[in-house]
Amino acid sequence: MNKVFNRIESITGNVITVKAQDVRYNELAQITTRFGKSLAQVNKIDGDTVSLQVFAGGQGVSTGDEVRFLGHEMRVSFSEDLLGRIFNGSGEPRDKGPALTDNMKPIGGPSVNPTKRILANRMMRTNIPMIDMFNTLVVSQKLPIFSISGEPYNQLLARIALQAEADVIVLGGMGLKYDDFLYFKEELSNGGALSKTVMFIHTASDPTVECMMIPDMALAVAEQFALQDKDVLVLLTDMTNFADAMKEIAITQEQVPSNRGYPGDLYSQLASRYEKAVDFNDSGSVTVLAVTTMPGDDVTHPVPDNTGYITEGQYYLKGGRIEPFGSLSRLKQNVNSKTRKDHRILMDSMIRLYSSYKETLEKKNMGFSMNRWDEKLLKYGQLFENKLMDLSVNLTLEEALDLGWEILAECFEKDETGIKSDLTDEFWKVK
Amino acid sequence: MTENKGKVVSINGNLVSVRFEGNVSMNEICYVNVDNIKLKSEVIRIRGNIAQIQVYEMTGGIKCGDDVDFTGEMLSAQLGPGLLGQIYDGLQNPLPILAEQAGWFLERGNYADGLDAEKKWEFTPTAKIGDNLRAGEYLGTVPEGPFTHKIFVPFYLLGNYTLKSIADKGEYTINETIAVLSDERGREIPVSMAFKWPVKRAVKCYSERLAPTETMETKVRLIDSFFPVAKGGTYCTPGPFGAGKTVLQHTTSKYADVDIVIIAACGERAGEVVETLTEFPELTDPRTGRSLMERTIIVCNTSSMPVASREASVYTAVTLAEYYRQMGLNVLMLADSTSRWAQAMREMSGRLEEIPGEEAFPAYLESYIAAFYERAGCVLLPDGSKGSVTIGGTVSPAGGNFEEPVTQATLKVVGAFHGLSRERSDARKYPAIDPLISWSKYKTVTDPAKSGFLKNILLHGDEIGSMMKVVGEEGTTISDYVIYLKVEMLDAVYLQQNSFDPIEANCTTARQRYVTDKLVYVLGSEYSLDNKDDARSFFNRLRQKFIDWNYTEFESDAFRNAENEIDALYNERQGKINRQAELLLKGGE
Repeated sequence: MNKVFNRIESITGNVITVKAQDVRYNELAQITTRFGKSLAQVNKIDGDTVSLQVFAGGQGVSTGDEVRFLGHEMRVSFSEDLLGRIFNGSGEPRDKGPALTDNMKPIGGPSVNPTKRILANRMMRTNIPMIDMFNTLVVSQKLPIFSISGEPYNQLLARIALQAEADVIVLGGMGLKYDDFLYFKEELSNGGALSKTVMFIHTASDPTVECMMIPDMALAVAEQFALQDKDVLVLLTDMTNFADAMKEIAITQEQVPSNRGYPGDLYSQLASRYEKAVDFNDSGSVTVLAVTTMPGDDVTHPVPDNTGYITEGQYYLKGGRIEPFGSLSRLKQNVNSKTRKDHRILMDSMIRLYSSYKETLEKKNMGFSMNRWDEKLLKYGQLFENKLMDLSVNLTLEEALDLGWEILAECFEKDETGIKSDLTDEFWKVK
Repeated sequence: MTENKGKVVSINGNLVSVRFEGNVSMNEICYVNVDNIKLKSEVIRIRGNIAQIQVYEMTGGIKCGDDVDFTGEMLSAQLGPGLLGQIYDGLQNPLPILAEQAGWFLERGNYADGLDAEKKWEFTPTAKIGDNLRAGEYLGTVPEGPFTHKIFVPFYLLGNYTLKSIADKGEYTINETIAVLSDERGREIPVSMAFKWPVKRAVKCYSERLAPTETMETKVRLIDSFFPVAKGGTYCTPGPFGAGKTVLQHTTSKYADVDIVIIAACGERAGEVVETLTEFPELTDPRTGRSLMERTIIVCNTSSMPVASREASVYTAVTLAEYYRQMGLNVLMLADSTSRWAQAMREMSGRLEEIPGEEAFPAYLESYIAAFYERAGCVLLPDGSKGSVTIGGTVSPAGGNFEEPVTQATLKVVGAFHGLSRERSDARKYPAIDPLISWSKYKTVTDPAKSGFLKNILLHGDEIGSMMKVVGEEGTTISDYVIYLKVEMLDAVYLQQNSFDPIEANCTTARQRYVTDKLVYVLGSEYSLDNKDDARSFFNRLRQKFIDWNYTEFESDAFRNAENEIDALYNERQGKINRQAELLLKGGE
């Protein structure tokens, strides 16, 4: 039944062309080379010339290799059996478990009807004070973690995976270093979260085309879980590698690049993935946290720049900490009025005082003399950084708020904080 | 539908080439048949007997040889009663109906009519049998929400017509014939309350285009008093991400002094549309006392919806705006964001393998942007009334850099520029419009001389501010320092505005004039201040009093009390008005 072709017309990079009829756009094919079998996807049809991108790459493909069209698009199996499993970008097992072929669902499906969404209004707790207290993560939010290479972003993701209040975690790794893959596996199994996790992993040594499949597979699975009333957290690392894979393929196919070599549809491509974040009316939700490394710490680089326009805020990871100034959760005001009545005012006041501390620090570094107020701010800044900002701090929101009051009481008098007196009367922690 | 058919010969992304027979016109709509689904597409290039079409849906599954049906029609919007309050996608499919048909997802090939064909409308004829009519003249009216919806001689009818018959007052659906016209050769043309109009063509059924002279109040002080927008004018709001473009448009859509607001959410976040959808039905329109949704139409093609219909969405929105303008209404159309629309053009241009212009945008980018903004305008209608379409577009420049092609092409054609700055938004100043780079060619609601006076102080203060960064507070003279403090105060009490407070957010023209006078008086005065600390504490107190004043209801007792407190503080420091300010205020009286 399946059409088989034995003549490959051209091979350029990861893209091959064959002469074939009755082939559907985006259809999958299986190509058998001397190194084994690989999937390939149709990405252009011109008359009877069909271009396919080969998942395993063009290396070693011979003009005489066999191409078998499968008659369907890229799909992913969906069932509870996925939990605890690890797959690669072709959907094949990376662990020792069996391949899953039941209940195949298409990936990269249509977008959700906006009238079927509801306003994001539930907090997702992570027990990381810089997130819960200062830039609350909201169910169905899409947030990137902007970071430079070398920052502990994968450690942060692993912690969020372990601690976040989510029913299912889907981890998508793109261009992951093998060590990092092992790290995730170990952390999640040590933390006992493996049983609610599905991993789709592309490591740096795997073929580029597979990298492009990871977000779609991860999000398709997440969407299916969400439709079964689950709150799903999708963690993607690193979206810059995904964009670079797209760039590589686009250039191979001689597309006109728009900005620093990236294809003109970079925004739409990223958006169609991030927009999978959703809170379904009457069903579950998908929340997306995605690492975006900024080449050269440059936020105007096309990848972080386009991402910023798509997502609902961002976390800046800098110097091993989530930076309070650049970071922003645009949806936090939807939830932080409902947590505890001192949450908002404490959040604002502590950040305001921290910003004064930064100014004082600058003054100090320039050699100006410090007055009593400056000394207080310096002490406050130190405490704030060590007790709340440090990424190893692990506190519930309530504990973090209490600690916030403690730090304030340790450094200031009530009326120096600029907080309304009815709140200070209630919450002030005298030592 | 014509019988014209074609066959698919190549597929590249959402660009499909079709071999056809017979005649095909540019921008004609056609449908690709895939697995018993028809995918809507538009012809964008014709070469020999090959038409290249952009498919408004995902193209997976299409194969060579698939049938294509040409319709002979261009992409059109259905115009008639029942548009207000609707939520459409870029091709005018009502999203709630699609949800009923297909559930959670926007399944491809699932379309629905823009208007409800079942609903009956109370028609009152106004034209008389024998009347000589032209396209865009009125046949009658139906009530639609708070408005009197005019029923037109369809815009596409060229030439003169005589009214042969017209329906009696009564209830009709939009497809029932309500009038019969006869053309110059005596052919009879039945007409109903709804008709179609190709979205990419501007509606030109007016007598004359007028200069936009009347200012559209947005109730945002920084806009109305410094960088105003006229009814029938155009403006753009470029800014980096997170600078508050969408929030500003959202506030404008609530408070702007216009009859109808059309929001085109073009290639932006779905969450923001959901926010509008949740919030607007709950809010009341201060002008009519009814739900804000009744004066709003949302056309949303969010970032994950297909790119080709994103390009169409701004045209659909502006066509709906022009339709209501023809009724003598003032319509505001907000496009968020025009950069996404330009990117949609870029994507298609790339697939067509056109020679790219700057940053790979197509060479026709500028003329398309200009043509789009030119659809705004204030017009004199055949019955002597006036209507207007005002267009406000946000621009999302890559890297927040205004030198990029979309921002520059837009700046050439708009009448006002509200540039948002990262510095102001980082300092949590709302609105983040940078007064030093923004401009407007329209008339301020306040006396332009007074606004100019305040703007001069602003410029002077900015110079002093940059100098102070070098020489420090110590190196600045007290008189310069006072000017610097005055600017800080002006910024805090007038340029910034709390959009969450119902009184603050809705600052009327009368109030803006009143407060401007006060500011000219207070900032145009000299005070006896001992030293810089004294000056700072004085202006801090003055600022606090002004802010409190801003939150009181205009002309209430609290308002007067707060004003008295400002005066008392003024007198305490023996404020003395300078000559320039005094002359200015006298001239104004």
